[in-house]
Amino acid sequence: MAISTAPAAATVKPRRGVSWADHVLGVVLLVPALTYIALLVALPFLLAVFLSLTNSSAGSLEFSFVGLQNFKNVLASPVFQRSLRNTFVFTFVSQLAVLVLGNILARALMKPFFGKSLARCLILMPWAAPISLATLGWLWIFDSTFSVINWVLKVVGWLGPGQWYYWLGDATLGMTAIIFIHVWRMLPFSTVILLAGLSSIPAEVHEAADIDGAGYFAKMFQVTIPMMLPILTVAVLFGVVFTFTDMSVIYLLTRGGPYNSTHVLASLAFQEGVLGADVGRGAAIAIFLLPVLLVMAVFMLRTSRRTEVL
Amino acid sequence: MAGRSVRRLTAVVGHRILILGFIIFAVFPFYWMVVTTFKQNADLYVGATNVQHNPFIFNQPPTTEHLRTLFGQTLYTTWLVNTLLVGVVVVAITLLLAVPAGYSLARLTGRWGERLSIGIFLTYLVPSTLLFIPFSRLVALLGLQNSLWSLVLIYPTFTVPFCTWLLMGFFKSLPREVEESAMVDGCSRFGAIVRMVLPLSVPGLLTVVIFALTLVIQEFVYSLTFISSVQRMTVSVGVPVALVRGDVYYWGSLMAACLITSVPIAIVYNLFLDRFIAGFTVGALR
Repeated sequence: MAISTAPAAATVKPRRGVSWADHVLGVVLLVPALTYIALLVALPFLLAVFLSLTNSSAGSLEFSFVGLQNFKNVLASPVFQRSLRNTFVFTFVSQLAVLVLGNILARALMKPFFGKSLARCLILMPWAAPISLATLGWLWIFDSTFSVINWVLKVVGWLGPGQWYYWLGDATLGMTAIIFIHVWRMLPFSTVILLAGLSSIPAEVHEAADIDGAGYFAKMFQVTIPMMLPILTVAVLFGVVFTFTDMSVIYLLTRGGPYNSTHVLASLAFQEGVLGADVGRGAAIAIFLLPVLLVMAVFMLRTSRRTEVL
Repeated sequence: MAGRSVRRLTAVVGHRILILGFIIFAVFPFYWMVVTTFKQNADLYVGATNVQHNPFIFNQPPTTEHLRTLFGQTLYTTWLVNTLLVGVVVVAITLLLAVPAGYSLARLTGRWGERLSIGIFLTYLVPSTLLFIPFSRLVALLGLQNSLWSLVLIYPTFTVPFCTWLLMGFFKSLPREVEESAMVDGCSRFGAIVRMVLPLSVPGLLTVVIFALTLVIQEFVYSLTFISSVQRMTVSVGVPVALVRGDVYYWGSLMAACLITSVPIAIVYNLFLDRFIAGFTVGALR
């Protein structure tokens, strides 16, 4: 049987031993998923770019082409500039904190101790819980009248008589709260990814380094970090993508307020494009997410190529 | 010798304190939900300026009043049903699209299939906050505004790519002999898939079902954008948007809803965690 199919297969250039019949079946099985993705991810994606060049608005299906006018208007708006800066600050600060804390936590979880699987389960809860409901929990914790944080600060004497934190009524405190929640939510995700990376380093590598007389820092910078680099990249890339494009936390916590001071690109796009019904403008704002996403995608492809697995 | 064991002990104690600190950080909001759910209003709404009143404990006996309000006087159960309906349909669509695609990418396509699989995975990274604007046009065009069908149509955009990827990894881990032996016995490739591969893939399929279902329950942005009637909302939108009456937050019932929805998902998610992580890290780990 193998003899009879081999020459026929050779004439149609088999890919890695895939026969012609299998090849056809392979395409047939792929078509539904690819069609769906093309129609509902690729096409809407292009539509987003197209809409950003029009004066389209919700409520009517008529629109005309306005070129780069939306982008010009958006760039000139102080609220947009603020939200662009906020987006980068949120992403950078929260991901930096997540990376540092995630490394500490992953290392701590590498050691055996009693109740480890329960500890891992509890630590993971912020990532598994629906973000809108978890944020609602934080909204209550940061409440202007009943904030338990303020109660603790009052008891320990940080807040004197008459002093008070209005967590969500102040730009800086609001940003702090939002970053805090992002760290809380993303930390479990990074930790388990880093943990997977740490456990994949064979024990012999550490033993060999010990025998060679490597100290703690030498081991960390010359063994652990280089070996962890691909997985660190994965953790950072996903973390950046998920934080950079998120609007749920901000929408529920501050609605971008006070005075539009805590908006990010995603929440501003929602406010303008959906609530404000100015579809073209909203699309233009959302398009500003693209460059960073593209850079992340390229990084991801390069990491995967370097590790030669994908 | 004594100094050494003391140092060892401090290291162990330090390690446990560190772990405990992280656990408290992670769990505190959930603890706070529990406390709020069962507190009487008189115990709940004491301004934080009153340092005599410890908010961490029950100063008055616990009550189930907020739970009764949640289930008796709100649409919470309707939202749960809506979410599960959408979830079941989306999971079915996801399986129909992702299982064949995952198998094809694992076995039937060569080099270009690998490229394609990376492409499919990357679509998972296209965020909902970029797509909700074109989708709002599409949904309006199809007349699906304010209908759960809009969610059924759109949710597979984030479940299909990742589930295809997960399933591809799963099928690759099965030995090729599984189908080959069935095909030697006279099965077609398709028959071999149905009779041999799928029964062996139950753990992988279950992972995908759980993953897709949790993603649907967690989803917020699309649901917020497309559903405006309170009766048709999903849990993740209904609770934060519609459980607030006027300007009044009923924190007891709100936190009860958050708690009851979050904890089961968190537990199930944990059981399947290692598989999800394997999906995220294929490529970076060997």
